[in-house]
Amino acid sequence: MIENKKAHKFGMVIDLDKCTGCGACMVSCMAENNVPFKEDESNKKDSITWMRVYRLTNGKSFPETQIAYIPRPCQHCGGIGDHGHSPCVSVCPATATDYGYDTGIVSQIYTRCFGCRYCMGACPYHARYFNWWDPKWPEGMENYLSPNVSPRMRGVVEKCSFCYHRYQLAREQAIVEDREIEEMEYQTACTTACPAGAIVFGDLNNPAHKVHQIVKPDPHPDPLNHKVVGKSRNPKVFRLLERLGTNTKVYYMSDREWVRKAGDNYLKGEWENVKTHHGASSSHG
Amino acid sequence: MSEIENNANDGPGDGAHQCTNNGPKDDKGLGLGVVFFMGAFLICFLSGWLLFPKLLYSKKEQPFNFDHNLHAEETGDCETCHFLREDGTFSGIPGLVACMECHTDEPMGETDDEAVFVEEYVAQGKEVPWLIYAKQPDCVFFSHAAHTGADGMDCKTCHGHIGESSSSRPYEENRITGYSRDIWGKNIWGIKKNSWDRMKMDDCAQCHLDKMGHKGYCFQCHK
Repeated sequence: MIENKKAHKFGMVIDLDKCTGCGACMVSCMAENNVPFKEDESNKKDSITWMRVYRLTNGKSFPETQIAYIPRPCQHCGGIGDHGHSPCVSVCPATATDYGYDTGIVSQIYTRCFGCRYCMGACPYHARYFNWWDPKWPEGMENYLSPNVSPRMRGVVEKCSFCYHRYQLAREQAIVEDREIEEMEYQTACTTACPAGAIVFGDLNNPAHKVHQIVKPDPHPDPLNHKVVGKSRNPKVFRLLERLGTNTKVYYMSDREWVRKAGDNYLKGEWENVKTHHGASSSHG
Repeated sequence: MSEIENNANDGPGDGAHQCTNNGPKDDKGLGLGVVFFMGAFLICFLSGWLLFPKLLYSKKEQPFNFDHNLHAEETGDCETCHFLREDGTFSGIPGLVACMECHTDEPMGETDDEAVFVEEYVAQGKEVPWLIYAKQPDCVFFSHAAHTGADGMDCKTCHGHIGESSSSRPYEENRITGYSRDIWGKNIWGIKKNSWDRMKMDDCAQCHLDKMGHKGYCFQCHK
């Protein structure tokens, strides 16, 4: 049986020093996942962007001004203690979203969703989007839609799935060849589209995967905050709002301290403790 | 029972009866009411049982009759036409090219159906617009490789004895959802006798639960 002998934990690390904010990830994501758009996309509040690039500045005036771009897909939270109780999963009254313990990916089932949008309220990362309208494709564009991703209808929530259909297809091939899937067989659309190679995607549980080697996730809970699991032991790597214990699987990396600090809102003095604390690396080696 | 009904049941103006309004008359009305109720119930019940499914599903015929039995005898198995591709995806219903590996411009048999096939599709190089009985909704991901390959399941388990049929049954489409009736199953009450009677999510989940000990996560079968 091919069925997962060992659970995967797919995740990514995004190098914010490499990201130029070109938006290729956003475009490839929309094309890959049949993400609908409107005739007039000028109202960004209504836009659906599974992958969204935000701009950060260090807030200083010229010539010290610095810019960083931060791509934000769904963070695929593992929830407190990484037990699968993601913020969105735990509030969904319809079980339209669940945590795949075999992959670590948070699903979204459009036909099950009835559009209450609790999950959108629960998501600390604004990664979920509501379909206020039925998608309207320009004439002939239906033919370009991917058959591997089901299109959504009005009244449901959608979000990044880590291009799960690519995993499904890679797994099918692995099944007929009677083997496990390999690292490069399952890569998300944004990863493959990034011209700067800023996104690295793979299995955080597999030490042979590049993402594991960069992130070096701490197998033990954070001694200062037991809600946090899988904290990076790489001092350059951080996660967004990490102390909430959402245990996201999207890590960010930067050499610049102000960028790392932008991963959360710190009170005065808090950052000084955080920046020198990188998991249990000092005590566990 | 109301007086109006009694009058109606008694038929047009029988003056003698109208004088004796009380007593045993009421009992007779009650009896008629029960008969009326039973009759109405039966009509509603039968129309719900017999007519409603016909209203709910529209019937479509396949472009022409396909004899699975004959083809299975010639080829020997299901996999000649319905095979797994090298990349693990499933070929589904074979396209015209696959048919043309055996068929030519000239009919091989003498049936009218093959004449239709040759004239309307082969000669014009047109794909046959088969109606797929087992077609699942858009949101479903089903891996034939995982079921028939790794797990060694039989085609019959889900598709029934279609490979032994010599005529194509009509394709029934749910007028509301547009889904094939094979998904809900033939039985309008959803009663299931054989493993191939239904193809609903619950049936997938039940089999997964029995075999794997777990229903699986949403994304295992959804996309």
